[in-house]
Amino acid sequence: MPDKKRVLMQGNHACVAGAIYAGMRFYAGYPITPSTEVAEGCARRLPEIGGRFIQMEDEIGSIAAVIGASVAGLKSMTATSGPGYSLMVENIGYAYMTETPCVIINVQRGGPSTGLPTKVSQSDTMQARWGTHGDYTAIAVAPSSVAETVTETIRAFNLSERFRTPVTLLLDEVIGHMREIITLPEPGECEVVERVKPTCPPEQFIPFEMTESLVNPMPAYGEGYRNVITGLTHDTMGFTTNKPVEIAPKLDKLRNKIMRHVDEITRLRTEFIDDAEILFISYGSVARAAFQAAKIAREAGAKVGAIQLQSIWPFPDKELMELCARCRKVIVGELNMGQVAIEVERVLPRDTEVHTLLRYDGEILTPMQLLEKLDEVL
Amino acid sequence: MATAVKQRSDVILDYIRPRKKFPSVWCAGCGNGIVMSALIRAIEKAGYSKDGIAMLSGIGCSSRMPIYFDVSALHTTHGRALGFATGVKFARPELKVIVITGDGDALAIGGNHFIHACRRNIDITAILLNNYIYGMTGGQGSPTTPSEAFSTTTPYGNVEKHFEPCDLAAAAGATFVGRTTVYHAPQMEKLLGDAMAHRGFSLVEVVSNCHTYFGRLNRQGDAVSMINHFKEQSVPVAKSRKMSPEELEGKIVTGKLHEVDKTEFCDEYQRVVDAVQGRN
Repeated sequence: MPDKKRVLMQGNHACVAGAIYAGMRFYAGYPITPSTEVAEGCARRLPEIGGRFIQMEDEIGSIAAVIGASVAGLKSMTATSGPGYSLMVENIGYAYMTETPCVIINVQRGGPSTGLPTKVSQSDTMQARWGTHGDYTAIAVAPSSVAETVTETIRAFNLSERFRTPVTLLLDEVIGHMREIITLPEPGECEVVERVKPTCPPEQFIPFEMTESLVNPMPAYGEGYRNVITGLTHDTMGFTTNKPVEIAPKLDKLRNKIMRHVDEITRLRTEFIDDAEILFISYGSVARAAFQAAKIAREAGAKVGAIQLQSIWPFPDKELMELCARCRKVIVGELNMGQVAIEVERVLPRDTEVHTLLRYDGEILTPMQLLEKLDEVL
Repeated sequence: MATAVKQRSDVILDYIRPRKKFPSVWCAGCGNGIVMSALIRAIEKAGYSKDGIAMLSGIGCSSRMPIYFDVSALHTTHGRALGFATGVKFARPELKVIVITGDGDALAIGGNHFIHACRRNIDITAILLNNYIYGMTGGQGSPTTPSEAFSTTTPYGNVEKHFEPCDLAAAAGATFVGRTTVYHAPQMEKLLGDAMAHRGFSLVEVVSNCHTYFGRLNRQGDAVSMINHFKEQSVPVAKSRKMSPEELEGKIVTGKLHEVDKTEFCDEYQRVVDAVQGRN
């Protein structure tokens, strides 16, 4: 008898499966190619488990409803693509400032503007880091297979609840629409992080207290805490402030609660790296081609390895430096004009050559193209 | 008489956030305080628990109101309060959800969310404080600034037409629509109570005075003379039905303008959930 849990599934539906596994019970979104199957999956699945789905009037309203549902106590998400993410960024900033957990899936297509709705791209990588105005620190993860999409979606929710911050799941059109046979995790197989709620009496509750962990318990509306939440810069009580002695600590809190735990957030997948002299660095759909290229190169006797960035933000400076310590050259492959390549150049020592293979014509990078680049830089 | 006054102030204090520092951001004489006290009296009269209320707002002078209320308060982004409120209400339908908004917040930047919240008939009470101008940014023209009126961005008189928020809401599908002014405090209290008791999307437009900008730029005098002017301009809805369009020119029709019974969004969704789960 075949295992019932083995299913043929596309990446966008894997987001839905992962999110529901992680406890997501609220979805608000607006149709946009190539992410729409996430909304369709949620519209069908959520009523079955007592969750809630709403199609909002636009992406601005979608992320607003997601944040509203999160403060009301439900794990919430939305999915979109570049133009929709652009519309969402102001309210994503509100979620950073108010420390409201939520997950935003961006199934990337070509841009700028309406760009290439049906074609693959990774050109929103920097937007996931710097999309909204102001100073803040972002978390973004980027799976490269359908199976990884399930586990990284679960992890996106866990990180979001753990650090009380929005998390962006960066898919690209290939990962969103590609179908693979996967085994869905059994209940209890993957860790699911639940929101920490306050236990003190409401009159003693300090919603944004500067604690050692910097991550505060978060009550749901209706539970008696009656606290105020504002996107204006606020003090530990949540009240608006203009005092320099309160402004900088708030912004430090937003950064440090994440940057002190980069090790916990960073996830990299590596292959053939122990003695590698040349390393491919990539993420998302390109990582699939890079691992294949490294395998072919190894079979031909070249000392080539590959690193996949499963988490992109915060950028894994320390880990990348260690992994690349013995290699002479790296090749960064990505579907944009070099958004991660800039970070790699920043991180690696000056004597490590950073080469790039960049594609932004709506097509994928193939193992053969990566091998040609390898020949060129050898 | 003294006892009655004391009781009233006790009620007000009971609903004001104890740890919030005062004074408020509002100018002396601003109508926002009149709306806030009428809302407190209406909530108290209806007996809603403070824990069971979520009050949201966008950006602007009136949108500061939830910060002073001792309820769960979400002071959101400009124009988007109804989007956030939709999430709050849909996630926890048992909450009484109130949105405080202004003419710029609801009708300019938030116009799309406004009409769609009306269309869905989600059980939210929106209180739109209409002072015909952007107060917080210093007196710019808004979607309700009358034609030919002056503001800092219409220094030669407004060349645009204005929105009628109540007509817009009713046309978009809101199932309870009413209008009052800051002169009519008892009527406001009653109207807000009826709006909150109504199941579905309710809008109460409160015509309010921004003497600091609108009044000064349009030579309408101080707070008292503006509020007196609202009194003189106002016509109860029953009386207005016997008046000609010419007679109604420049008048503010007050009272409950529109109420219909339609299925509410969260109830309908729950019906779907029950059906999908095989409970029906």
